[in-house]
Amino acid sequence: MRVAVLKGGRSLERQVSLRSGARVEDALQALGHEVIGLDAGEDLVRRLRELRPEVAFIAMHGADGEDGTVQSLLELLEIPYTGPRVAACQRAFDKPATKQDLRAAGIPTPDWVSFSQSAFSGLGAGDAVAEIEERLGLPLVVKPARGGSSLGVRFGATREELPLAIVSAFSYDDRVLLERHVEGRELAVGVLAGEPLPIVEVRPREEDRYSYEARYEIGRTEYICPAELSEEETRAVQDAAEATWEALRCEGFARVDLMLGADGPQVLEVNAVPGLTDTSLVPMAAEAAGIGFEEFCGRAVELALARAARR
Amino acid sequence: MSERPKRERAASKQAQTGQPRHRRAHTTARDLERYAGLFAARTKVMRSSAMRDLMEITARPDVISLAGGLPDTSTFPPESFAAQMTRIAQESAARALQYGPTEGFDDTKRCIREVMAAEGMEPDPDDIIVTTGGQQALDLIAKALLDPGDPVIAEAPTYAGAVPVFCSYQADTIQIPVDEHGMRVDLLEAELERLEREGRRPKFIYSVPSFQNPAGVTLAAERRRRLVELARERELLVVEDNPYGLLRYEGEPTDPLYKLDGGDYVLYVGTFSKILSPGIRLGWICAPPPVMAKLVLGKQAADLCTSTLSQFFVHEYFAEGRWRAYVESLRAVYRERRDAMLSALERHFPPAASWSRPEGGLFLWATLPEYIDTTDLLARALRENVAFVPGAAAFVDGRGTNSMRLNFSGCDAETIEEGVRRIGDVIAEQIELYSALVPPEEKHESPSGPGGEVLPLPPRPDQERSP
Repeated sequence: MRVAVLKGGRSLERQVSLRSGARVEDALQALGHEVIGLDAGEDLVRRLRELRPEVAFIAMHGADGEDGTVQSLLELLEIPYTGPRVAACQRAFDKPATKQDLRAAGIPTPDWVSFSQSAFSGLGAGDAVAEIEERLGLPLVVKPARGGSSLGVRFGATREELPLAIVSAFSYDDRVLLERHVEGRELAVGVLAGEPLPIVEVRPREEDRYSYEARYEIGRTEYICPAELSEEETRAVQDAAEATWEALRCEGFARVDLMLGADGPQVLEVNAVPGLTDTSLVPMAAEAAGIGFEEFCGRAVELALARAARR
Repeated sequence: MSERPKRERAASKQAQTGQPRHRRAHTTARDLERYAGLFAARTKVMRSSAMRDLMEITARPDVISLAGGLPDTSTFPPESFAAQMTRIAQESAARALQYGPTEGFDDTKRCIREVMAAEGMEPDPDDIIVTTGGQQALDLIAKALLDPGDPVIAEAPTYAGAVPVFCSYQADTIQIPVDEHGMRVDLLEAELERLEREGRRPKFIYSVPSFQNPAGVTLAAERRRRLVELARERELLVVEDNPYGLLRYEGEPTDPLYKLDGGDYVLYVGTFSKILSPGIRLGWICAPPPVMAKLVLGKQAADLCTSTLSQFFVHEYFAEGRWRAYVESLRAVYRERRDAMLSALERHFPPAASWSRPEGGLFLWATLPEYIDTTDLLARALRENVAFVPGAAAFVDGRGTNSMRLNFSGCDAETIEEGVRRIGDVIAEQIELYSALVPPEEKHESPSGPGGEVLPLPPRPDQERSP
C-alpha cells in the first residue's frame, strides 16, 4: 500500500517531528508498504495530489500537524489519515478548550485561567495577578495555550516569578494558561483505538522538571512503564484517560497527560499527535503491552482506513 | 520543497524490488537503555538542547537568519574556482588524491605564513600544523592539554563552539567577563589568584582577542600586553583564536598575542574559513616544539592528515596572488553590512537595549532588559520569520539569557534592516507586556544584570544626548 508519512513542517517541534517521521517510515517499510516521506512545506497539497497515497500517516507535531490544519487538508483531498479528526485535534491542541471539555464531562483537571495577550497589553489584566494568585494559589504552572513538548512552560513558585513566566509563555502563543500546580506523579497514558495502554511514569531529575530538552535526551529523564501503581490507582488513571478520549472524541491513537495527586488523577492535556521518537512515551507504552512499533504503526494505518471505509 | 527526492526514489524502487533497507527498522525503549549503559561519562555533558532544535528551524528559506556565522561565499568568483580545480586535476591529480603529511604540506605552511605575515607574525614552519578547520585545532589542543577536572579559562561570553570541546574533555570552564575592551584581564588575575589559593592551575586561557565571537569586541593593546606577561609569569598557555583578524573595517590594527609573546606561551589558532572558504575545512595551529609533538600525535589519531585536495586548492589559490584583493573585497562588503546593522539597531531597537560596536569580524552582541529570555524570544521571533543566536549558548553557567548574537556578514543590507526591524518589534512587544505585568516601582534596572557581569556597555549615543 502507498503510504505518505507527513513530517517536519514549520512548527517549533519540527526536529522532533522529523525524528518521529523517520521512525514511522522505517516501521511501515518493514511492513512492506510503499512509503513516501513528505516534509510538509508549501508544496504539500500539490505533492499529495501527484502521489495520491492511499493513506497518510501524520507524524507532524505542534502547529499545522496537531491543530487540525493538515487534517482539514486531507479531508478536502479525501485521503484517509491517522489519528483524531479535525474537531478533536482543534480541541486537544488548545489546552483551555481541552480543559473546558474535561470540566463539562466531569473529568478532574486543575483549576485554571486563560488570557490573551491583549488582556495584558490592552485591558490591564496585569492588575489582576493578585486575584489569579489568590484564586489558584502558588505555585502556578504557566503554559502557552497551544503548543507541545513543554516549550515555554514555566513554573511560577512566587509572585515575582509570574511576570517572567507569563512573558516567556507569550513567546510561543498569543494566549496563555495559568494552571494550579498539582503535587504528585507525572503520568502519561497512550490510548490506541479507545483502549488505554500501560501507564508511563515520567520522573525528570528535579532540575529538569519543566525542561524541554530533558524529554528528548537519552538518560536525562527516567521513564517507568508500566508505572508502579496500585491496582486501584492504575484503574483510576486509565479510566480518566479513557473518559478523556471519549470527551474529546479522539480516534486512532493519542496520549493523555495527567498528574496523580492526593485527590486522584487530574488530566492536564491531550496530545493528538504524540511523539513517536526513540524516547517517546506512546511507543514505550505500546511495547509494554506487547505491541511492537511496527505493529503499532500498522494498527494506526488500519484504523485510518477503517474510518474512511465507514463513510 | 525540501524533501529528498533521491530517498523517495530509493524507497519506491525498494518497494518494487522488495529489498530491505540497510537502516534498522526501529529502536525500542529497551535498546536505548542498553546503549545508555555503554556511553562514556563525558557524553553526559555533551548536551543537545531546545535551542539547537530552534536553531535548526532558522534554516527555513523564509526565515531571515541573523543567526548564522556564515561568510558570504557567493562573492568567491566561480571561474577562479573552476580554473584552480582544473589545474589540480591536470597537473597533480595523483598527489591531490593521496594521503599527505600529518603536519600538512610545506606549500600550505607557506600560504599560512603569508596570511600571518599580514598581521605581523613570522612563525617557524616547523611550529605550524595544518588542521581540519579551526574547530579541530581547538579539539587537538584540548586533547593534548586537558585532564578531567582541569580548569580552563574562557571569556564570558565565549565562542559557543568552544564550550562543547572543553566539556567533552570534562574541563571545568571558568568564564571571565568581557567589556568593550575585551577580556577583563584584571578579573582574570584575581581568578588566577583564587585558583592558586585552591592549589589549582588552569592549563590554558582561551581568547578570541580580535572582533570576538560573539561579543564583537577587541582586546585593548595594554590588556594584550598584560595577558601575555601573565602567561609568562605564571607559565600558563594562552590559546589565541584569531579567525577574523584580517576582517577589520575601521581603526588601527592591534598586535596579535602570538606576535607579542613570540610564540612561547601563546598557541595560535588560525583558519581559512573567514578569508577564503569554510567548506574547505582548513585551519592551523602554531605551537612551540614540545606542544607540537603532542598535537601531531593527536592529529594522527584523529584523522592522519588534513584533506590533501583542500590543501592543493589553497596552494593554487595563493599562487594566483589575489588573496589579499579578495579579503579586501570581503572587507568592503562586510563593512557596509555592519554599518547597515548598526544603523538599523539605532532605528528599531528600544532604548532599553544596548549593543557592541565591532570594528571588524562578523558579529555584534545585543543586551536586552534582564526579564527577557532570548531563547523564548527566538521562538517568538521565528513566528515573524527572523532568527538570531540566544546569548545563553555563549555561557557555561546559565548567564547571558537576556543577550543575543547578531550576524551581519550573511545577509545584504536590505535584509539586515528588515530582520532587525522584526526583532525590534518583538522586543518592544515583550517590554510592553512586562510593563503591563509589573508596576513601575518593582521593575529591575536594565540592561545589565546584578553585578553587571554580562558585557556592560556604554550607553547609546541618543541616551547620552537626552539624560
